[in-house]
Amino acid sequence: MVKVDETLLPGVGMRYDFDGRFGKRVGVITHRDGRRELFVSLKEDPDACAQSIVLAEDEAEVVSDLMGGSTVTRRMGQSMQDIEGLAMDWLPLAGTTPFDGKPLGSTMMRTRTGASIVAIIRGGGAIPAPGPEFVLHAGDTVVVVGTAEGVTHAARLLNGQPEPQKTRAKTGSPVAGTS
Amino acid sequence: MELGQLFLEIGGVILLLALVGRAAGRLGITPIPLYLLAGIGLGAVMSLGNAPEEFIHTGAEIGAVLLLFTLGLEYTSEELSSNLKANRQIGIIDLALNFTPGLVAGFLLGFTPLAAVLLGGVTYLTSSGIASKILRDFGRLGNRETPLILAVCVIEDVVMAAYLPVVAALLIGGTLFAVGINLLVALAAFGLAFFLALRYGHVLSRVMNVPSDEALLLGVLGLVLVVAGAADQLNVSAAIGAFLVGIALSGEVADRARQQIEPLRDLFAAVFFVFFGLQLNLAEVPSVLLPAILLTIVTGATKFAVGWMGAARAGVQLRGRFRAGTTLIPRGEFSILIAGLGLGLAPSLGPLAAVYVLLTAILGPVLSRFDAQLAPLLQRRPRGEAGKEVSAPGQG
Repeated sequence: MVKVDETLLPGVGMRYDFDGRFGKRVGVITHRDGRRELFVSLKEDPDACAQSIVLAEDEAEVVSDLMGGSTVTRRMGQSMQDIEGLAMDWLPLAGTTPFDGKPLGSTMMRTRTGASIVAIIRGGGAIPAPGPEFVLHAGDTVVVVGTAEGVTHAARLLNGQPEPQKTRAKTGSPVAGTS
Repeated sequence: MELGQLFLEIGGVILLLALVGRAAGRLGITPIPLYLLAGIGLGAVMSLGNAPEEFIHTGAEIGAVLLLFTLGLEYTSEELSSNLKANRQIGIIDLALNFTPGLVAGFLLGFTPLAAVLLGGVTYLTSSGIASKILRDFGRLGNRETPLILAVCVIEDVVMAAYLPVVAALLIGGTLFAVGINLLVALAAFGLAFFLALRYGHVLSRVMNVPSDEALLLGVLGLVLVVAGAADQLNVSAAIGAFLVGIALSGEVADRARQQIEPLRDLFAAVFFVFFGLQLNLAEVPSVLLPAILLTIVTGATKFAVGWMGAARAGVQLRGRFRAGTTLIPRGEFSILIAGLGLGLAPSLGPLAAVYVLLTAILGPVLSRFDAQLAPLLQRRPRGEAGKEVSAPGQG
């Protein structure tokens, strides 16, 4: 687990930062007015910022989604409360996805993860219940429903990360079986 | 005087300020020292009639009140109390190192004791406005030394909140007994108001937070002026009343009030600086030039030391310490405010403060910008313990 330091900046807001594994300090300042400032330190002067980017609240949300991870855990927590054992998530297709330009059927989503794709969000509009011949593009957002495990797997699959199958199989199957 | 002429003169002054503000933006510096210069220049070339003078004077007073009010808005009461606890030590060092030179200089210049106390205040207070502008403009908010810089500014602001009522009571003067009573009343009122603001601020915030922007603006402005006026009647200094209202307001209403009051504050604060410049007697400037330069050198070094020590304690390395020290050098709005209180006491206090603020406001940001070039120079010179301490983290 990364240890994040929390520092109060009077009159400005709050600073959260940590010493990165590769030698630079990384942090976010949450300004009082909702702006978020993302910064990295200089390598030769770890006290100073090499670069800082100021983001509006909604832009910061997009960036954190693009960085991955947070959507899965955050949204899953919410929907799990609605129906026990059922998870739903919006998974953005990053530029690195192996399914750019490929039909939806080629993901073999249901077979591999047990989760189903129920809709695609593209250009601000939703395409509900797409068929297996529907062609995916990078930048789409895929709406997936399944078990919590299944949705996590789906997120990995769509972004082309290999599955750690051996460890998953043990813990994964009983959960899938009961639900 | 005719209304038309009044408008012409005031409009002319404000237009001049707009030009000066644009020039400051182009140069990338804060406009405060330039407003001062504009006022001095205006005073030299023309004299405004009585009516504009009166208007500008009132505007300047409102500017001072709004400056303090928005300063109070900046901080929540939790921030103030946690900061005071955590950074007490560096705050005391700061007060000792930076108040003393002004005080001593005042006595050396033959000021009255009270005027010397005012000069101490002038040299003590870092301009939190200029410091935070440096931090924002240079993208240094995420730097490790930044919390220390902000903490020093916060402590100074709190100290000033106690200092101003004391000075205000002393300024009224009278017999020793009368001064004592005034002082007691002022401190009691300040203490009570500070306590109420910290304790029941949230109630006030809730009452003031109306949905309509217009009602909010009028409500907040009205409250600030009423409290400032009441404080003035009690001889506590109007600005402090406004400061306490700012502290008391928190949360959503503080955010909204800040947005709405800021343009007003910018307008009246600019008027305040111009008015100060207008009042100065240019003939005094040459005689205060040397003391101002000496004070700049001495208090520049003492402020630098405070920033350096504080940053070192926070585990910041050489360049960061240098930045912390230089960022704290500029004096600004509140130094002028304090000097303004004592214009009648010592005729050279005003020009001295003006020249001093100009020098420090330029010196600090310029030095701060060259941390990469200048900080290493400080590393080589001390070959004793300090040198070792500094070079150790670099090797590790």
